[in-house]
Amino acid sequence: MFELFHFHLKHRFQCIKMSSRKSKSNNVIHAEYLSQVQRILRERFCHQSPQSNLFGVQVQYKHLIELLKRTAIYGESNSVLIIGPRGSGKTMLINHALKELMEVEEVSENVLQVHLNGLLQINDKIALKEITRQLNLENVVGDKVFGSFAENLSFLLEALKKGDRSSSCPVIFILDEFDLFTHHKNQTLLYNLFDISQSAQTPLAVIGLTCRLDILELLEKRVKSRFSHRQIHLMNSFGFPQYLKIFKEQLSLPAEFPDKLFSEKWNENVQCLMEDRSVREVLQKHFNVSKNLRSLHMLLMLALNRVTTSHPFITAADLMEANQLCSMDSKANIVHGLSVLEICLIIAMKHLNDIYEEEPFNFQMVYNEFQKFVQRKAHSVYNFEKPVVMKAFEHLQQLELIKPMERTSVNTQREYQLMKLLLDNTQIMNALQKYPNCPTDVRQWATSSLSWL
Amino acid sequence: MPHLENMVLCREPQVATLQALFGERHHFSFPSIFIYGHTASGKTYVTQTLLKTLELPHVFVNCVECFTSRLLLEQILNKLNHLCSSEDGCSTQVTCETFNDFVRLFKQVTKAESLKDQTVYIVLDKAEYLRDMEANLLPGFLRLQELTDRNVTVLFLSEIVWEKFRPNTGCFEPFVLYFPDYSIGNLQKILSHDHPPEYSADFYAAYINILLGVFYTVCRDLKELRYLAVLNFPKYCEPVVKGEANERDTRKLWRNIEPHLKRAMQTVYLREISSSQWEKLQKDDTDPAQLKGLSAYTHVELPYYSKFILIAAYLASYNPARTDKRFFLKHHGKIKKTNFLKKHEKITSLVTLQLLTLVGHDDQLDGPKYKCTVSLEFIRAIARTVNFDIIKYLYDFL
Repeated sequence: MFELFHFHLKHRFQCIKMSSRKSKSNNVIHAEYLSQVQRILRERFCHQSPQSNLFGVQVQYKHLIELLKRTAIYGESNSVLIIGPRGSGKTMLINHALKELMEVEEVSENVLQVHLNGLLQINDKIALKEITRQLNLENVVGDKVFGSFAENLSFLLEALKKGDRSSSCPVIFILDEFDLFTHHKNQTLLYNLFDISQSAQTPLAVIGLTCRLDILELLEKRVKSRFSHRQIHLMNSFGFPQYLKIFKEQLSLPAEFPDKLFSEKWNENVQCLMEDRSVREVLQKHFNVSKNLRSLHMLLMLALNRVTTSHPFITAADLMEANQLCSMDSKANIVHGLSVLEICLIIAMKHLNDIYEEEPFNFQMVYNEFQKFVQRKAHSVYNFEKPVVMKAFEHLQQLELIKPMERTSVNTQREYQLMKLLLDNTQIMNALQKYPNCPTDVRQWATSSLSWL
Repeated sequence: MPHLENMVLCREPQVATLQALFGERHHFSFPSIFIYGHTASGKTYVTQTLLKTLELPHVFVNCVECFTSRLLLEQILNKLNHLCSSEDGCSTQVTCETFNDFVRLFKQVTKAESLKDQTVYIVLDKAEYLRDMEANLLPGFLRLQELTDRNVTVLFLSEIVWEKFRPNTGCFEPFVLYFPDYSIGNLQKILSHDHPPEYSADFYAAYINILLGVFYTVCRDLKELRYLAVLNFPKYCEPVVKGEANERDTRKLWRNIEPHLKRAMQTVYLREISSSQWEKLQKDDTDPAQLKGLSAYTHVELPYYSKFILIAAYLASYNPARTDKRFFLKHHGKIKKTNFLKKHEKITSLVTLQLLTLVGHDDQLDGPKYKCTVSLEFIRAIARTVNFDIIKYLYDFL
């Protein structure tokens, strides 16, 4: 019987060891898969991987790809502007189209691409150097000096002619942040590019990407007349049901994921989230503020941050937390960290704004208002010297919570310079509610300036 | 990471968020992260400590030091070069004038073997100064991952909120992270952390309590409070050192230090005197009324004519020029015509006392122009000593 007992104990011990080993190995497996999940999703949210789908822009895509094919294959010159608000998918659209274009064999050998960006090439000289560099013609140009921009550009395009001089290689120019190019002197680059696209020298496609709807107003008359007025609009024109589908698709793991079991569990979890009512509320709130996919990616990234080996699946609570972080009022956060003296100054300014209907004030006026509060017997603890109050006032200016009406002129002293407050009454009252250990008399003073009478 | 928590007090949630955001070395992170919070809330310290402890490849630049775009871009590239090359031979200094060159050179530098696809972090401290530099820098840095097509993340540290950075036509929105201010409990914990080893932690904690009691309603800046704590501790220990009280005699210690701290608020806190002057005062134990501040306001006795020159300068500085006729036609001037040289000397001495400042260029042909920089109360006090009612002659008081 003793041996039976001994065997029983040993068996139990082995079972415990085995189960702990199993859970440890489960944890190890989880960690590896979670790392993969993080890699895939991060690439999707942070890097705009080229595998992403096109949501609701099929028509525009078709239009663009046809245009590019006409230039690349049939040698027709074209120009088009892709217009859409920030984050609506312009860069993604053109990248997709170029990828598909380069898969056609005869295209990939002949066609050249030049990518320009308004943020990088801030004047036409730099732009020209960049074009030379991207066409690999630096050696050909060498030390030549050109009379004009047009000469230089036509020389470059001549140099691209094929060996038998019969036709030239088509070039596709992609100009990102197109509206910034319109601020260059005389819009020389744009004029020349559009000019060449109208004349039949080299097959040229000029594709501009911009977020400004009024882009045509920015073009000069001679540039506008050479532009083909072809526009592709990306307007985020999907509704909330499609937004939900996008949410599901963005969070789901692709079919090629190594462990089928894990990816099924993950995708099932995503489906549950999509049907959860509180998650729908969060997404509806987010959708009402901003439709574009970039802000959705930010929300999902915040939720993804909370995934660890002990918490391997995203929950509704994660998404609600993420939404709260996204919709914080940053000025209220700054007010939360001010000292009591600085809060008193803000309240004094609030009262001045109420009495004088938002007329600008100066430090002396704020100080006088503050003194009215201090001179009550019980408030003598706030009786600070004027320079100390001035230092607090200057700190508020440094934080840009108050702003001078005009630049600091030599003629007025600091105490008499007119300022205005950049917080409104509801923000101040909300911030005061959350302010830690707010003294009661200060809070009472805030609610009514007449309460101390 | 336990030893990281010891280095960074009261900031565990922020460290955890940042670590989660950074993710694993080879994973992509969000292209730009904007961290805001009050000054001395640990933004720079936490970011630097975290990046150094995790040994992630990073470059740290301060936008106040690099006040032009060229300085900024060159410093980033040079530091990156330093990071990538293991041998510390004389690395060639890079020249980079435009953002276009920066992107091109950045792509070259990050091809180095030692980086091997790891995320490179660029930290821009005091990022609010970027708004005053060239207009394409801020949007460019926000999109650096896309423009260079590399695994790079740019961190912006600032005390100004993100809404004031956004350009007019929009930009790539960064991930915004808030560093909350320290509560009074946190401040106590952090300040008590650097107690000198000769005294017990409780003794120092009681001192910090008193210090916070005096200064907390005025200032919550950790740097200021630490500075004040270090300066005033010797005075606090004085009774113990002299043997007049022991460590637990809180009432006596409090009575000794409290007026001293109140004086500190009017002088050292306002930077009226330097810390070395303050320390000297503590040692000499002089009467506080004899404190000579930077602003010579209450402590200077001006000669008779200098006072009138000062009053005249104040009137000239703050009355519009067209009103002079109105005020001074019937003026029985008490200002006698003194020797020109003497007047010049007196003006120079007033400039030295910082009561007048030189305005305008040195090469103005019709003589240098000055402006009076004293406050209204001061000039009224001066005017009273010479029986001149200045208020009658000031335009703003009509």
